[in-house]
Amino acid sequence: MANKTPKGRHPGAEHDEISGVQTTGHEWDGLKELDNPAPRWWLIVWIISILFAVGYWIVFPAWPTPAGHTKGVAGWTEYSKLKAEQKEIDQRQGTYLSKLHTMSFDQIRADPAEYAFAKAGGAVVFKENCAACHGTGGEGRKGYPNLNDDDWLFGGRIDDIYHTIQVGSRSTDPDTHATMMPAFGKSGILTPAQIDDAATYVVQLQHGTPAMPTPAWTRGQAVFAANCASCHGEGGGGNRDLGAPRLNDAIWLYGGDKATVIETITNARAGVMPTWKHRLSQDNQRMVAIYVHSLGGGE
Amino acid sequence: MDTVPLSMETAGPVPAPPSAAPRYDETIIKYFTIASMVWAIAGFAVGLLLALQLAFPVFNLEPWLNFGRLRPLHTSAVIFAFGGNILFATSYHVVQRTCHTKLFSVRMAWFHFWGYQAFILMAGLGYLFGVTQGKEYAEPEWYADLWLTVVWVVYLINYLMTLTMRKEKHIYVANWFFLGFIVTVAILHLVNGLSIPISPLSVKSYTVMGGVQSALTQWWYGHNAVGFFLTAGFLGMMYYYVPKQANRPVYSYRLSIIHFWSLIFIYIWAGPHHLLYTSLPDWAQTLGMTFSIMLWMPSWGGMINGIMTLSGAWHKLRDDPILQFMIIALSFYGMSTFEGPLMSIKTVNSLSHYTNWTIGHVHAGALGWVAYISFGAIYYLVPHLWKKPAMYSTRLISLHLWISTVGIVAYIASMWVAGIMQGLMWRAYDKMGFLTYSFVEVVQAMHPYYIIRAAGGALFLAGALIMVFNIWKTIQQPGTAPDTAVQPALAAAE
Repeated sequence: MANKTPKGRHPGAEHDEISGVQTTGHEWDGLKELDNPAPRWWLIVWIISILFAVGYWIVFPAWPTPAGHTKGVAGWTEYSKLKAEQKEIDQRQGTYLSKLHTMSFDQIRADPAEYAFAKAGGAVVFKENCAACHGTGGEGRKGYPNLNDDDWLFGGRIDDIYHTIQVGSRSTDPDTHATMMPAFGKSGILTPAQIDDAATYVVQLQHGTPAMPTPAWTRGQAVFAANCASCHGEGGGGNRDLGAPRLNDAIWLYGGDKATVIETITNARAGVMPTWKHRLSQDNQRMVAIYVHSLGGGE
Repeated sequence: MDTVPLSMETAGPVPAPPSAAPRYDETIIKYFTIASMVWAIAGFAVGLLLALQLAFPVFNLEPWLNFGRLRPLHTSAVIFAFGGNILFATSYHVVQRTCHTKLFSVRMAWFHFWGYQAFILMAGLGYLFGVTQGKEYAEPEWYADLWLTVVWVVYLINYLMTLTMRKEKHIYVANWFFLGFIVTVAILHLVNGLSIPISPLSVKSYTVMGGVQSALTQWWYGHNAVGFFLTAGFLGMMYYYVPKQANRPVYSYRLSIIHFWSLIFIYIWAGPHHLLYTSLPDWAQTLGMTFSIMLWMPSWGGMINGIMTLSGAWHKLRDDPILQFMIIALSFYGMSTFEGPLMSIKTVNSLSHYTNWTIGHVHAGALGWVAYISFGAIYYLVPHLWKKPAMYSTRLISLHLWISTVGIVAYIASMWVAGIMQGLMWRAYDKMGFLTYSFVEVVQAMHPYYIIRAAGGALFLAGALIMVFNIWKTIQQPGTAPDTAVQPALAAAE
């Protein structure tokens, strides 16, 4: 009911019955506005937020001036905060790290606190740098060795692991593990039939000599002895000096089924691991070696 | 209650004037409305694909449909294509109605329409082919930027000239917000888009500013794209369609003045809060944070004015799903404009920055506020523009409302949990000073929440498809309502 009230503050103001408030007297396409004030609580909270801002400007670096920005009474800067937090971390790690520099791997293992520290630090390094290939738990995957077992290509003592971390495998480092398996099929050293026989022999290795050797196995044994045993050893025991994997166990880097073994003999395998010598600090290389050694297969 | 006549209803339906009476330009508004729904579906669908890509990397279809190229396609499609087109539709509708005049130039409006759709295609195809400036929300390269400048200036001139042609003495509050949006976006675009192509024939350009100046300019732009495109523009929409749908006067004229000017003035300084704990100087970070806190109440002014417009008429909310869309929109607006200042506090930001919390915050605003107020306006506009008595199905509007509300809640709640967990995991140190979690472990922990988020997004898309169906059936249905495109004679009192 648009009862025009002469008492209205605005010309044309109307009384809105539902709210009991006057309108401002304007109308656009049927839209009107009530003459309510801004809510008091709204103004109060806004003023508080402005006072907070002013207080913050006094305490912290805030306004630019011709003479540089205001510094704030607290003397706080982002860099001082970073330094303080870094210092706290350094303090937590300091005593452990200074000992780590001077202790041998054996000494570290004999000192429970230091050993726990090195494993914890190594775990961080491992997850950030190694897990992409070897898995977050070091479980490996096809082509990337499982680091939890005791089957080591280049040795499982901490020193060996540390060396492998430093030089990598077929990496750019001059001292890298560089041995290569020949591609027996692709380069024509062996015929497909010979490879098939050799694969029959290799797949059987982990089960020992069969009670009733098949002709294929017997032929394969001869092929193995002539072509493979020089690196992988008589009976497939492997050779860590050459990085030749042990073949008479159930652990396979690429797969132990016959088809995969044929593929391996035919085309060879040449997995690559980068050198970490220049990418990780000395401390981190040593800690991650200790961590990998501790995973379960360390020697 | 429904029978009590409201003061504003007394103006009442005007008897049909002679056919020579001037008519409002409505065809252009129909085009912008349809375009916004087309882009909405495209933008929401790409968003769902992106959510699936994060949960299951196999959905990355190299190279054109990988995450890196689709992400700007999604943000541009929903903000600039869906949001932009509905802002143009509603601003052209509101400015004519509240100024009591036709558009200054309907030809310019048509150029604006086709020019803007061409800009969207130029930008979007660029993303798919890997052409991008790499600046968030400002990805289009120099040639698309130049074209957009031309289109935008035409829009600005058309809008301003229509305002000057008004037959009302005062300019209605919705138009202040629309004009604030148009002018400020023009300035933001021009400054942040300053770049030099490596040759006139190359799509590649380099930005004029470098280093931290470039970063600060980018986030001055990026933050105010939120402030003036997604806030001011949609507040303009709110100020017309909420009082229209509620059939009530706006709650407070005085509040609208104070919160308009304070919002415009304070928003523009808050950009540095996107660069806390970076190489941005400490003093600039402080100003960004404190202006964000001072922005809280000015932002809430719009929510108060919108929600309180219903005071005395709350019963209308019970069975009007269009009004429900609008009020939920205002609630999400209030929630996310509280969350924003909260996240700009340095201590909070050190936890929330770079996490999924930010994604949740953005979507609380984008889905809850921007999309919902747009849906409300579109449900109001479609029968109005196509001269139908009402939408085809009110129950389908209700279904849309509930499906998409569940979707939004699933989305933002999962991102809150994921984001806070992510922030806590990143910063966790053990007693020996080592990080507790590696990056990949944090990624693994996100997986279930990414699935919930994708499910939320799927519900939101499903709701929008229901809406498209409802709009389609409304336009198809026979029967006409009175022709409202004819300008009523001005009331004698004015």
